[in-house]
Amino acid sequence: MSKPEAVKEPSMEMQKAMIARNYDAITSKHETGRKVSSTFVPGNLNELLMCFDIVNNLPEINAIQAGMRKASGGYIMEAEKSGHSEDVCTYVKADIGQMSKGNIAPNGKPYPNPDVLMLSYTGCYTFMKWFELLREEYKCPTLMLHVPYEGDGHSTKNMRDYIVKQLKEVVIPGLEQVSGVKFDIDRLRQYLRNSAKAEDNLVWCLEQGKKKPSPIDAYFGGVYYIGPIFTAFRGTEDAVTYYEMLRKEVQNRVDAKQGPLTPEGTYFNDQKYRLIVEGPPNWTNFREFWKMFYDEGAVVVASSYTKVGGLYDQGFRHDPDNPLESLADYCLGCYTNLNLPTRVDLLAKYVEEYEADGLLINSIKSCNSFSAGQLMIMKEVERRTGRPGAFIETDLVDPRYFSAANVKNRLESYFQMIEQKRRGGGSKTVAA
Amino acid sequence: MSGKNKSVADIMAVCQEMFEDLNFTYARKWKDAKPGRKVVGFLPVYSPIEMIHAAGCLPLGIFGGGDQMEVIHGDAYYQSYICRIPRSTIELGVTNRLDFVDGMIFPFVCDVIRNLSGIWKLMFPNVWSKFFDTPQNYDKSIGGTYYVQELHELKEGLEAMTGRKISDDDIRRSIGLYNENRRLIREVYAFRAKQPWLAPTSEVYVLMRAGLMMDVEEHNQMLKDYMAAASKEDRPKRDNVRISIYGSFCEQPPLNLIKSIEMAGCYVVDDDYSLNNRFLMVDVPTSGDPLEALATTYIENSVETSCKYVPDGKVKGQFHVDAVKACGAEGVIYATPSFCDPALLDRPMVCNKLSEAGIPYIAFKYAENSGQMQPIREQAGTFADSIKLWS
Repeated sequence: MSKPEAVKEPSMEMQKAMIARNYDAITSKHETGRKVSSTFVPGNLNELLMCFDIVNNLPEINAIQAGMRKASGGYIMEAEKSGHSEDVCTYVKADIGQMSKGNIAPNGKPYPNPDVLMLSYTGCYTFMKWFELLREEYKCPTLMLHVPYEGDGHSTKNMRDYIVKQLKEVVIPGLEQVSGVKFDIDRLRQYLRNSAKAEDNLVWCLEQGKKKPSPIDAYFGGVYYIGPIFTAFRGTEDAVTYYEMLRKEVQNRVDAKQGPLTPEGTYFNDQKYRLIVEGPPNWTNFREFWKMFYDEGAVVVASSYTKVGGLYDQGFRHDPDNPLESLADYCLGCYTNLNLPTRVDLLAKYVEEYEADGLLINSIKSCNSFSAGQLMIMKEVERRTGRPGAFIETDLVDPRYFSAANVKNRLESYFQMIEQKRRGGGSKTVAA
Repeated sequence: MSGKNKSVADIMAVCQEMFEDLNFTYARKWKDAKPGRKVVGFLPVYSPIEMIHAAGCLPLGIFGGGDQMEVIHGDAYYQSYICRIPRSTIELGVTNRLDFVDGMIFPFVCDVIRNLSGIWKLMFPNVWSKFFDTPQNYDKSIGGTYYVQELHELKEGLEAMTGRKISDDDIRRSIGLYNENRRLIREVYAFRAKQPWLAPTSEVYVLMRAGLMMDVEEHNQMLKDYMAAASKEDRPKRDNVRISIYGSFCEQPPLNLIKSIEMAGCYVVDDDYSLNNRFLMVDVPTSGDPLEALATTYIENSVETSCKYVPDGKVKGQFHVDAVKACGAEGVIYATPSFCDPALLDRPMVCNKLSEAGIPYIAFKYAENSGQMQPIREQAGTFADSIKLWS
């Protein structure tokens, strides 16, 4: 018997149509003459790329798509057969393996070669090597935007100036050359205006997680909420409309005191546990993973993954009055570009502000940017909030590293621990 | 004692003792010798150690715990799929082996070391610690300008920690001493490439590691002494193949691994072990603005290694091909720590370039506490035999 189709909300249907249009734009570049860039999600310069009529393709998203369609395992094996290590990022291997299997986009058409690799190097070392590997394959120009890490917990004028200088002297001239389109800063300002509008509505939606019951799931549902703004649509009118629509849907649930919709089409109202989740989700078993939560009555009220492409809930907005500086600030402030103490501060704050029962970490086998040191994060957040943490390990798109039984066992133990804590039992954690 | 009277065995005894000493006795004694002295640790792969020296501090290379230390507490901070150096570095910290260290510099290497800098801030809030980000843009007016300002901020941090100003002349003097250190190191490497039977890598390696834990002037003398003594050693030349080792720039292999490769019939004539004081390939100018001099040398004349971006795809890996040719190696062992993103992501690109140049290679992984050397010996031995038979 085939698996039932997931029930989708109108905003999800709209997003699906937007993504399909973007894939069509990418795969029809030879007919339309439009240029295509490959770039990454965190720190992407979508508004800037749009100024040059460049279509935005995101290898991470393609790997996620492959993971959700159960194709990534084969691609990863293919990449490993050609000499890539079993130890490294599985997004990279899914992307590279996909190339050797015909490089077919989700619309069934082959991906064209990119005209430019826009390497915005924010918060993840692997990006740099990934694009060196792609450059070897595609032999196209690579524009490197180096974004310094906020190692001391804040950005500096030097960091910002460095990014702006690269934008002015490397990135913009490079994009002009690739596209043949002259840069128009007023066009950029208009896109940034759209971005800020969409960002306002996204933040409003994410903050509804503070309500009880929470009308959103800020991790599994959150993946859909951040989709347009983190990818090829930030700055577009479509994104503005999408977030207005999303806000109305969430408002309706708030009014009806309803929880989020599950993929099975039921409203998740019986919320027993409120969690903060750190780390990306697993994509190969996404629906199964999600079900483990709502079956147990666990709703995610805030997550760090929804901040990986920008920390809008902490006040940042793209600013049309300071366009290049605003792009620099955006890149600097992406979640994995923040140092560990800042991440601990943020997660502890979420636990308190969202009145969560604790912090759950989904540690990703092949993502050191997120995962290296997460045990320390867990211990610190536990210490500061006095609420229990838990740790599970899965992977992004490598199905070999998703053990459903192990994950389920750990989650069940965690929920028991929360219950125990509520009854005042168990070992006491000392609050800071 | 003059170098004339020192034998290789004497020098090696000192280096070996420092290599094995996880209590860092030399650095502790150095600190205690004068009131107010401070020690600043630095991790692989590159930090401008001249700046630490100019601040009047001892730069202390921290390379993890090696194969002599059991990691117990370190595993509570990093999950299972991570290289070993951060765990053993934490182990050094929580077991108070670094309790005399006043500052720590975590340079840009990868996401793991980057996150380790934050762990250090959380675990040891009273230790001055700095994540030091080097530019990936190699245009002097862009990356260079950024780097000069980062050096200014590093200088201010060191000044705040020590409570004393660092003058330009202090930095110039330190640059001069490290220029000499680099020149001598290049001489040792050239000496080894020419007569590897007189300077085995198992010796050269500990000689270099000792240099990253001691006063630079003392190390300069030690390098001179070693070359003088090694050239007089009566060591037979064997029918070994000449190989280069790459991929080992951060977490270091156990010494036995190096010895095993040599015992398998390989002379190591080039390597990227503990690159720190070889990262800059030429002398840094000692005139003009010293921070600009350090920045420009980094931008224009530093080694190509996996934690750096190569702007021109056409030359990616050519650095390694040229290095192989320069030292006359017949093949490459690409040896990298397990879970090392930089080296493992680079491996296909570098090895493709070696293949294009007709240079044979093998690749394997290790950890700083790898104990089973038999497979390494067999692999290296088979590689050496294949070069002898077929190249």
